[in-house]
Amino acid sequence: MYVDPEIIRLLAFLVGVIAFAALNAAYLVWLERKEAAHIQRRIGPKEVGPFGLFQPLVDGIKLMTKQLIVPAGVDPVLFKIAPILVMVPAIMSFVTIPFGETLVARNLDIGLLAIFAFASVNVLGLLLGAWGSRNKYAVISAARVVSQNVAYEIPMLVTVVTLVMITGTMNLHTIVLQQQGGFWHWNIFNLSASPLMPVAFLIFFVCMLAETNRAPFDMAEAESELVAGAFTEYSGMGFGVFFMGEYANIVIGASMATILFLGGWDCPLGLFPGVLWFLIKMYFLIFTVIWIRWTFPRTTFYGLLNLSWKILIPISFFNLILTSAMLKVF
Amino acid sequence: MGTQNLQPAIVQFAQLDKLLALGRANSLWPMTFGLACCAIEMMATGASRFDLARFGAEVFRPSPRQCDVMIVAGTISKKMAAAVETLYDQMPEPKWVIAMGNCAISGGPFVFDGQYGIVEGADKLFPVDVFIPGCPPRPEALIEGILELEEKVTGSRRWPRVEVG
Repeated sequence: MYVDPEIIRLLAFLVGVIAFAALNAAYLVWLERKEAAHIQRRIGPKEVGPFGLFQPLVDGIKLMTKQLIVPAGVDPVLFKIAPILVMVPAIMSFVTIPFGETLVARNLDIGLLAIFAFASVNVLGLLLGAWGSRNKYAVISAARVVSQNVAYEIPMLVTVVTLVMITGTMNLHTIVLQQQGGFWHWNIFNLSASPLMPVAFLIFFVCMLAETNRAPFDMAEAESELVAGAFTEYSGMGFGVFFMGEYANIVIGASMATILFLGGWDCPLGLFPGVLWFLIKMYFLIFTVIWIRWTFPRTTFYGLLNLSWKILIPISFFNLILTSAMLKVF
Repeated sequence: MGTQNLQPAIVQFAQLDKLLALGRANSLWPMTFGLACCAIEMMATGASRFDLARFGAEVFRPSPRQCDVMIVAGTISKKMAAAVETLYDQMPEPKWVIAMGNCAISGGPFVFDGQYGIVEGADKLFPVDVFIPGCPPRPEALIEGILELEEKVTGSRRWPRVEVG
């Protein structure tokens, strides 16, 4: 029997991508708890397995065997579909992310566009879940999530448009190939294209934090104000899938920052490029995301919108105009 | 006194049940919920000196839908009792209750002739699994209470018992 090797390759990537997303979600929770503990001068999970390494397994067992409550009055379809809507687009985005020179499931010419299209579905999942819960805190949270994501999508996309103007392609593989040969070739230090590139990276990173609803912008799940925000009515694995989706989205965001600004799989000194460098950069960015969460308190909602509309959007537009002018002149 | 009103399964899987019990015992997420001064000790238990996180029980979830154990930390006034009962009912099975401090056990110093405002013990409202005496109990006592609950869930104690001389 003849089986197309392309199909086997795709199946292998499918299994690999799902395993990668799930494993990351589980162990990023462990990393988050450990890191939070050490930032607060605690030890963190340590009794369940060596260094508490079995903690995610134990939590998974518990969440999966917990009663799934579907409260009376919720929208039966939206309530159940919302966690899937958060999880699936995040896994789909992994398809076009090049982890290494040859390690990419499907190298799309519009990879960048595809990822941002999938990323915006994440908001829809949170909105539908919160709206379908028929809980006042969840509905407030839904309104916040949408206005926050609308506000932060603009500077993020304007920054990405700036980058696409420089690279001239939306193919992520090509974008990384253009940055090969040491850290001075990376887009973050591409000062000849625009002197504001480090600022653009900062804007991208801040927007990534806001898009994935991480502290200090975790308006979706503001415990002190909104019970558990959009997740208030979700019990057991419904909540677990939401959380896996959140961590998968953080992995996507960190991978995008790595690919667009930090040279993907390129070694900083230009010596041995490989998947390892991609993972080092990505996990360093994720570490920073968690570090920020446990260092800064949550902003107010007005502070968050002001930051986007009054600071990030003007700077990103200025960067866009400056870059296009420099591309025209030089 | 048990709080689980789950029907026993038709087919019993002994090893699997043990695994599930181990999972539940080591991931007891308490509710972010305090009634009186015992709650301050509960917060101290979660903070850096005593660190409840070592046992995987530091995830204080704000929504009752995601909690496993309810720590009744403080005096339950009759006005608050309805809210506490609602919170208990909103928690998904399997769920456990720890009554922390003398007020939650029996009303504590508020029991006297003619008192009209205090519920005399959390077990008047719902079944309680572990009672932790003290006014308020030390954070070590709360950790011991959580370990006691783990023993109740798994059927065996993992850590040595501390002898009080």
